[in-house]
Amino acid sequence: MADLTTYRDAVSDGLARELRRDPSVVLLGEDIGAAGGVFKTTVGLFEEFGADRVWDTPISEQAIMGAAMGAAMTGMRPVAEIMFSDFLACCWDYLANEIPKARYMTGGQVSVPMVVRTANGGGLGFGAQHSQSVENWAFTVPGLKIVAPSTPADVVGLMASAIRSDDPVVFFEHKGLFASKGEAAPPEHVVPLGEARVARPGDDVTVVALAATVPLALAAAEQLVEDGISVEVIDLRCLVPLDMATVLGSLERTSRLVVVEENPYQGGWGATVASIVADEGFELLDAPVRRVAGENVPLPFADALEERVIPTTGKLVEAVRRLASY
Amino acid sequence: MTQEAGSATRVATATLLDWLEQMAVIRGTEKAAHDLFMRGLVKGTTHLAAGHEAIAVGASAALRPDDYVFATYRGHHHAIARGASPEGCLAELMQRSTGVCRAKGGSMHLTRADHGMLGSYAIVGAHLPMANGAAWSARLRGTSQVAVAFFGDGATNIGAFHEALNLAAVWKLAVVFVCENNRYMEYTPIASVTSVPNPAADRAAANGMPGVLVDGNDVVAVHEAMATAVDRARAGDGPTVLEALTYRHFGHSRTDPATYRPAAEVEEWLARDPLILARRRLAEWGVPQADVDAVEARAADTVAAASRAAQDAPPADPEDAFTDVWADGGWAWRT
Repeated sequence: MADLTTYRDAVSDGLARELRRDPSVVLLGEDIGAAGGVFKTTVGLFEEFGADRVWDTPISEQAIMGAAMGAAMTGMRPVAEIMFSDFLACCWDYLANEIPKARYMTGGQVSVPMVVRTANGGGLGFGAQHSQSVENWAFTVPGLKIVAPSTPADVVGLMASAIRSDDPVVFFEHKGLFASKGEAAPPEHVVPLGEARVARPGDDVTVVALAATVPLALAAAEQLVEDGISVEVIDLRCLVPLDMATVLGSLERTSRLVVVEENPYQGGWGATVASIVADEGFELLDAPVRRVAGENVPLPFADALEERVIPTTGKLVEAVRRLASY
Repeated sequence: MTQEAGSATRVATATLLDWLEQMAVIRGTEKAAHDLFMRGLVKGTTHLAAGHEAIAVGASAALRPDDYVFATYRGHHHAIARGASPEGCLAELMQRSTGVCRAKGGSMHLTRADHGMLGSYAIVGAHLPMANGAAWSARLRGTSQVAVAFFGDGATNIGAFHEALNLAAVWKLAVVFVCENNRYMEYTPIASVTSVPNPAADRAAANGMPGVLVDGNDVVAVHEAMATAVDRARAGDGPTVLEALTYRHFGHSRTDPATYRPAAEVEEWLARDPLILARRRLAEWGVPQADVDAVEARAADTVAAASRAAQDAPPADPEDAFTDVWADGGWAWRT
């Protein structure tokens, strides 16, 4: 049995590996230095790399993003932390208008090799302004690469690719996964951007998942064994580049697709997956495409209410059962 | 507290003649842009900087070639002052493949990155934090480069301005924040929506840095004030806010006739045209009129040749819409 580690520790491990490897990597964000990050995802980095590599900032999301962008344009590889992904709205100009467009609108004169790390998602009872899954916000903007790992090893491997990418990457760390455990990443572990992973092979129904909906889908697949339904779980890992080849390849065998996504049904990334399948894989399907997504309401506080509106194993099991019997 | 900068320094005659020529090239390019627009050859919009030339030329003259400049959608003057050719700028405005941004940026995004002019940004205030980043990067790389953000008076009431000033001071960054205060945001006077008389310079003290007012139409004064701020930044003593008072000769953008400005005010400022002030100073220094005429004629020739070449350039290639989204040159979003 390989060593187990937490998703939380994998974040600091992934950052530390790149900080050691490349002197142009530098971190900035609120409380990431001596405090080790509010989610304890940068613990030990300030001590190992010092104040010249790990920079505490004021609560100024625009200043953080702008500083990262300006540094990225001039030879550094900054990794900016935006504490909660909800706060991306405070600096949305940089993700919507500045960072993804600088290369294009200058005719290729500048590069912006930076990473924005942010804690995404619900399930912890933080209420409407600290619980959203907003990966679909970034997905509306051409020019951003989008990563959302589901396992500790992928956190490390995808972090390496994100930081080494010459393009801007938004790196969504799921709050609900920080305490989860998995195999530790081996030395020099690199996972390329845009390669989905078959997290569990199966024959009857394809479930496409991302980040926290991956373990949810794996739990559902386990339950569905009792029903005699064999579920293939695909962990997309990235929304951009989007690996639809793996999804379409799976549908050639299963002919049935459920997408499980935590962002809201309205405007959620599953709609794009479904749209591509409708365009390019219509004849592979024996049943409608189903989406198990966040409900179109703000995230409520109470556990019972929150559970009602975000994807759960039970909701996915139900959706797969109905689809399998279609 | 806010200080006022003078123009005590006597620069060399040849230097001022050179600055006059640069200002005349910028003025001529802006007039050409306007005329080409009226002939239907420039599309979209333009935000002309005629009247602001002394700020771009005086400030750039205080910079090293490897320093960084970030400008706004009213940025033609900064692009040219940092080495973008008038031909490349006019070609960009006319959607030609030879444009400085290969016709993918347009008037509001002129850039010459290989000269440290890292772009013109059209979301008000967004580039001030970027200038911090460039200065931070220079510190980390140990290069002693300085970063400059040029912005309008309207940017001084947006959050990014205040966030940028604070962080620049806290991190003691080598940044100079240069406000081109032309008295009007777009159509509304900045004074009517701002809590202090000098919208940029008066905010400096609250962020622990010098705030300096300078006559933005006097290229010698701008250069001197900028040189002081740049020296301070390069020495590691931190950022400065420089507020340069000026006036635009055109409206906010192509569609604005600027009828909201009192005639007497316009007249007063046109009499203080930066080119007139430079010519007057040269005359005071006893420089022969023929020398002044010669540089202005050369500037006119430069602009005329640039305009002709830009008009003759091939149009943008539609396939170029699918280049340079990513660093590999392409646009693929799927694997």
